[in-house]
Amino acid sequence: MTDSKNHNSLSRFHIAPVFMFRWEESQQSYVLMYPEGIVKLNQTAGEILNRCDGTNTVDDIILQLSELFSEQSEFIEPRVHQFLEVCHDKGWIQPQS
Amino acid sequence: MTKAGSNLSLDGQGNPVWLLLELTYKCPLKCAFCSNPTDLDAYGNELNTAEWKKVIHEARSMGAMQIGFSGGEPTLHKDLEELVAEANDLGYYTNLITSGIGLTRKRLENLKAAGLRHIQLGFQSDHRETAHWLAGVDCYDKKISIAREIKSLGFPMVLNVPISSINIHQVPGIIELATEIGVEYLELANVQYYNWALVNRNQLMPTREALEKAELQVAEARARLGDRITIFFVIPDYYEDRPKACMNGWGSIHLTIAPDGVALPCSQARAIPGLDFPSVRDHDLRWIWHESDSFNIYRGDSWMKEPCRSCSEKEIDFGGCRCQAMLLTGDAANADPACSKSPHHHIIQQAVAKALQTEQDHKHLIARDVGWVSTEVWHNDLDTN
Ligand code: SF4
Ligand code: SF4
Repeated sequence: MTDSKNHNSLSRFHIAPVFMFRWEESQQSYVLMYPEGIVKLNQTAGEILNRCDGTNTVDDIILQLSELFSEQSEFIEPRVHQFLEVCHDKGWIQPQS
Repeated sequence: MTKAGSNLSLDGQGNPVWLLLELTYKCPLKCAFCSNPTDLDAYGNELNTAEWKKVIHEARSMGAMQIGFSGGEPTLHKDLEELVAEANDLGYYTNLITSGIGLTRKRLENLKAAGLRHIQLGFQSDHRETAHWLAGVDCYDKKISIAREIKSLGFPMVLNVPISSINIHQVPGIIELATEIGVEYLELANVQYYNWALVNRNQLMPTREALEKAELQVAEARARLGDRITIFFVIPDYYEDRPKACMNGWGSIHLTIAPDGVALPCSQARAIPGLDFPSVRDHDLRWIWHESDSFNIYRGDSWMKEPCRSCSEKEIDFGGCRCQAMLLTGDAANADPACSKSPHHHIIQQAVAKALQTEQDHKHLIARDVGWVSTEVWHNDLDTN
């Protein structure tokens, strides 16, 4: 599952402007904030979103996460794709044009 | 103070997450289902800007992440921009909860520059006349034009429309208007009966048929509009068998500071007599949050009576609303009477019956239901290792 319906391995994403994404010290995690709401992200979700800065491609993210978590990229790849798909569906990220 | 779509799993780890500042009770609208206290004149002595800043700093150092500027009408506060800038610099996500009446293009630009993230605009109806009845003043054109200015400056926007018998039949038109303006979220929240709304309950309560019809219209619009707009539709707890959950529970994530500096676990809490709510003028925020009796009294579940105490759902709804329990049963520690397990549930049933027998006509009504925050924790399966 390399290609998903909304992106492929060369897609780049940025955080949608409604959202504010940052590290929150008091929660020891990345958080995504939006009108009257907060999503606290677990470590991998946070690390993936932190790389959605409009410059990293999906492949870059997979590579960086494989290194970060010392995992095979074959293990990481489908999960990154899947998570980005969910993020896109939820409107958290947008493709960089 | 509850909304649809809530996903209550992030906790503040014992600290407030959501700080709501009611900068003033003053408001240019004459809103008869306003959620502000009915004895407004009793609270004259408003905090000054330096005092507000101190609150903003203290709450942030405790872990608060979302801040709402509310009222009354917060734009009547001359230093609103300064307070927004301060909050933004500290890392808060800043929300403005406004009627839009005090706003101008210039003011919006200044707020944007100060770092304001989001605006929630109170709205009554897509009909000029109904809007006038509900807000007590003729503000329809002003609201529409300010809504367009807000969008043109790129703010995400929630249109908050309190729903009652008076405008429930206008739901389709309201959805069309919101979509046309381009708002991201439309909140059609049935009026909750506290304060001004309780006074006017007989006039406001929609029929079950009207609710069901509106629900269908919302479902149809959701299917048709897809992700262009997110529509929340909150039915009144009077028509449900279970109460609305009280956020994450009393004193769990939410902190309201009233205009006079009194700290409250929720904006409605002044409805509960006998609780001595401390002021930020007399105590530091940490002490108020962690030590004061009024924040501890309904924290957790040890205060609960039956049927809540042994109920399997108590972690879902936290026994419902303390304020509603107080207002309708006389004891805030009772189960919320909206619950069908409550021995006081007949009070709700009678209220519905009574309201539906009352001849309803338009009165001056408006509700502002603010201070709720949706929280969730995202789990990704990579973390299972
Ligand atoms: S006590 Fe009632 S009004 Fe207050 S936050 Fe809980 S549910 Fe809302
Ligand atoms: S009995 Fe109490 S805890 Fe159980 S569902 Fe009713 S209000 Fe909620």
